[in-house]
Amino acid sequence: MKKKLLVALLTVWAAMTFTFLLLRMMPGDGLHDLSESIQRAQGVSYEQARIMAKTLINYDPDQPVLKQYLIYVGGLLHGNLGMSLTYRIPVTTIVLSALPWTLFIASLSTCCSFLLGTTLGLWAASRRNSLLDPLLTFYSTLSQAVPDFLLGVILLAVFGVHLQWLPLRGAYGPEVDPGFSLAFLGQLVSHALLPVAAFSLPAAGGWALNARASATSTLGEDYVKVARAKGLKPWRITRDYLGKNAILPLLPGLATTLGGLVGGAMMIETLFGYPGLGYFLALAIGTRDYTLMQGLFLLSTVAIVVGNLAAESLARRLDPRIAK
Amino acid sequence: MTAWARRNPKAAFGLLVLLGYGLLALIGPLVIPLGRLPDYDQRFLPASFSHPLGTDYAGRDVWAQLVHGSRDIIAIAFSCGLFAVVLAFLIGVGGALIGGVVDSALTLLTDVFLTVPTFPVLAILSALFRIDHPVKFGFLLALLSWAGLARALRAQTQSLQNREFVEIARLLCLGPVHILTREIFPSLVPFLSLNFIMIARNAITASVGIMLLGLVPLRAENWGMMLNLAAFQSGAIFLPQGMLYLAAPLGAIVLFQYALILFAGGIEEWFDPRLRS
Repeated sequence: MKKKLLVALLTVWAAMTFTFLLLRMMPGDGLHDLSESIQRAQGVSYEQARIMAKTLINYDPDQPVLKQYLIYVGGLLHGNLGMSLTYRIPVTTIVLSALPWTLFIASLSTCCSFLLGTTLGLWAASRRNSLLDPLLTFYSTLSQAVPDFLLGVILLAVFGVHLQWLPLRGAYGPEVDPGFSLAFLGQLVSHALLPVAAFSLPAAGGWALNARASATSTLGEDYVKVARAKGLKPWRITRDYLGKNAILPLLPGLATTLGGLVGGAMMIETLFGYPGLGYFLALAIGTRDYTLMQGLFLLSTVAIVVGNLAAESLARRLDPRIAK
Repeated sequence: MTAWARRNPKAAFGLLVLLGYGLLALIGPLVIPLGRLPDYDQRFLPASFSHPLGTDYAGRDVWAQLVHGSRDIIAIAFSCGLFAVVLAFLIGVGGALIGGVVDSALTLLTDVFLTVPTFPVLAILSALFRIDHPVKFGFLLALLSWAGLARALRAQTQSLQNREFVEIARLLCLGPVHILTREIFPSLVPFLSLNFIMIARNAITASVGIMLLGLVPLRAENWGMMLNLAAFQSGAIFLPQGMLYLAAPLGAIVLFQYALILFAGGIEEWFDPRLRS
């Protein structure tokens, strides 16, 4: 666990250094533009505006490099992610507004893919000589060949554009106000359906293979033989004897997947115009908004690191043998 | 070979498709001319004899674009696979052979690269550095895809080092170069070739994703660029006539990846007889 923690800290540090290098590569006019706009907006002198701008983006190119770096890291540790160069509002505001949306579809997708995948995998394992087995193999191979964002393009074209069953973009439509109304909840679900399907359907293939492998190795255990000898119904053996023990080792993977989705939802969110972290990250990269880019990137890294650590400690909790 | 193909029809099919793609990339652009001039009277034509896959938003032949773009995608996949395998070999096997502080440092480096969110880094780097050549793109992708293989190679090398044939070579004072090239490397070849394919496949996914976001402006015939143009820029996705233009690069990418996976499965079985059922 100590080593995992070291790797986690090193990764976050590497990400900070990477974003610092990004800021240094930023063409000089980023700071200049911001200073001029502050000068115009607040009626102060250019020098004063420049000082304010430096604080706002948490980066001071006029200092020696080492000091720049220390100021930058210090600012980050105090939660100063700087000010977005295009939106002209603090990056933390954007992050906080985007985070719930990403968490929402990421957790929904993780649950859906896990439930679908493990159910398929267990089912295939309990009927090993049926047609289900090769079908599952085909499905999981195909799901590897179709990356989630390409499936997203297909789903968008079929269900969004041509059949017009589901909305194309956004997290909810313009006709409802956010709140605890039935109409709003309906909008949430209908807007989340396509992105969640695009995430979950390919990911389910991987879960299914893992669940099948895990369940097949459990099939030979004595307690399964005993259950069968007792004459228990096959579905009860699958659910209570195979299922529980086969799924336990897969659970830590949930945390990793969730962390990965929070950090890596760029393609799908952009495709469906879903206002989460990935959507804004892609936008920031496209518009060269260096400060927004660094904030979102750091957050993605932290999400993945936390996911990995959670998976590790969950695995230890569930199976004390790993800790030794 | 034929026995392998008969025992392994899926992998043989994969190989056949891959050979088809290779032939397409090698000969296709020489035979099929690419008309770059727009002709708006001919836009979004359905499939016909003169346009097997119809035309795009500017009246250009989709099939010709697909054929000319095949070289790019193969170049990206191949160069990324090659660079990544070399990097992983140097870091993974090197670390295990040298041992000590170097090994610990390289292991930490590998773990950090495994954790960092690859796709965002890739997106940022490819947007900020002008990537104008497929091989450059492949190299950039390789910088972010060696870590998993390096970790596996390190573990394999460590276990190989304690095997009898390596110990004997060491006792015979055959030197580290001999041990590396003659004893350890041959045992790793199956694993390396399998991972080459898997890394190349991931490179296709990642590169198409980056191009779909419009962050790397390669040629319009590149499959990723075709998708970007069809889905986001030309509005083809909103027209029933535009579906063929959208579906053509999509189908080409999926079939290519599917063939790679099937072929990889065959290679795995070829080298590891225990997998043969």
